[in-house]
Amino acid sequence: MEVIYTILETILPFEFMNYTFMKNALIAIILVSPIFAVLGTMIVNNKMAFFSDALGHSALTGIAIGMVLGISNMNISMIFFAVIFALLLNLVKNKTSYGADTIISVFSSIAIALGLAMLAQSGNFNKYSSYLVGDILSISETEILYLFLAFIAVGLFWYFTFNKLNVTSINTTLAKSRGVNTKLIDNIFVILIAVIVMISIRWIGILLINSLLILPAASSRNIAKNMRTYHLFSILFSLFSGISGLILSYYWNIPTGPMIVLISGMIYFITFGAKKLVKE
Amino acid sequence: MTETGACGLHCTKINNISVKFGKEEVLHNVNIHIHCGQLTVIIGRNGAGKTTLLKAILGEVEHTGNITFMDMKEKVAKKIKIGYVPQSINIEKHMPTTVYDLFASCICHVPVFLKKDKKIYQEIKEQLKIFGAEKLIDRSIGDLSGGELQRVLLSIATKPVPNLLILDEPVSGIDKNGTRDFYEIVGALKKKYDMSILMVSHDLELVKKYADKVILLDKEVIREGAPEEVFNSLEFRNRFGDESK
Repeated sequence: MEVIYTILETILPFEFMNYTFMKNALIAIILVSPIFAVLGTMIVNNKMAFFSDALGHSALTGIAIGMVLGISNMNISMIFFAVIFALLLNLVKNKTSYGADTIISVFSSIAIALGLAMLAQSGNFNKYSSYLVGDILSISETEILYLFLAFIAVGLFWYFTFNKLNVTSINTTLAKSRGVNTKLIDNIFVILIAVIVMISIRWIGILLINSLLILPAASSRNIAKNMRTYHLFSILFSLFSGISGLILSYYWNIPTGPMIVLISGMIYFITFGAKKLVKE
Repeated sequence: MTETGACGLHCTKINNISVKFGKEEVLHNVNIHIHCGQLTVIIGRNGAGKTTLLKAILGEVEHTGNITFMDMKEKVAKKIKIGYVPQSINIEKHMPTTVYDLFASCICHVPVFLKKDKKIYQEIKEQLKIFGAEKLIDRSIGDLSGGELQRVLLSIATKPVPNLLILDEPVSGIDKNGTRDFYEIVGALKKKYDMSILMVSHDLELVKKYADKVILLDKEVIREGAPEEVFNSLEFRNRFGDESK
């Protein structure tokens, strides 16, 4: 850790880099931005924006259930519940031919209501209400380690299965005819989303996490012409809004999550405007 | 022209396929014998289970029964290689997936978000050339016309050359000439590779002209045989009225 701190201090000789929490936050952003950016490309392609949103909402239920069962590490109960929730959603989504958004919405509302009810009943709501907006400056070294592991896991998964995911997203039967185990791949994909969302939610917040998954990829999709530029722009936008959001939030005294999302949102509208110029 | 081009050395059999969705039986004991070098066309009304049958053959929907493939020359059962052309794909205008991206995703493991693989790129170009589609390689798949997209999908389905080619004929986005071109290409493929081709079609007129064998499906095989035979049958007229005239 010390080595990384020193490197960061040398590259960025600014006042804010004197604080360890800023250094940790910066490392976290550098790790998590590319993960969100690449997962986002397929979430947007598959029109799963609502799906990942619902997944974020299940965090509260995960915490509440963890508390009832007396699990001390909230991360574990959240991840565990989110993975089950994601697989269940996936199953329901595949079983119904229409109206998937309605069913996802039902699941999402129940998850958040159940979580709120259980937390309030046990008198712990205030303790966990910070999960709604999140606090990036509270990130610990252990959490950075989790992020690093997730970074590697997503990188490997993406490298080895992206082509299969891509064909599946375009036509499931076509993928099947090429020998792709479409259900397995789809399930691993949603499990990964669930895990990443859960380990990031404490410092980004339930309300905003989905925008970090969707906005960079959606912006990139506006101007990218192929898969290579789609990924490249998505990662660049994600890193840029993450890092600049952190720095600006420090100077302007705005919470980091909202600042990052505001910058991503601005990028989205700029690329939306540029779409005509680039693609015609 | 029922036996044109058939070498009779390969034989694909679809044995006793039944599919149930919940309690409803969508397909009942479907048996089809597909000869190589022949175009076998499945016709039937909407909801007759045509697409479901294709999905069962490809293993996408749960079913009972099986598919066997025999190489008569070597007298052994082999694992069948199936090529598939879907009816429609999930696309949007200007989407960032090019023909290369889709094609390479199907045939190689190097992820397409990394640098373009020159060798694969060349290979794809050669394959597209067979269908007169090599110029489309860098275009977004969302920007192709119905006919162009169909040619791209056909070139993907025939690389590597499959034992059985399954085609779900698109209903929208293709005009009359485009559909005729499609049948011409399929006819050429059949002769060139001695392929078994199974197709679902909605254009009865063209089926009559190009098919070697027609199967009338309505949850089960109602009638099969040469086009004239099926088209003149009572069962056919009961289902399509005088549409074919």
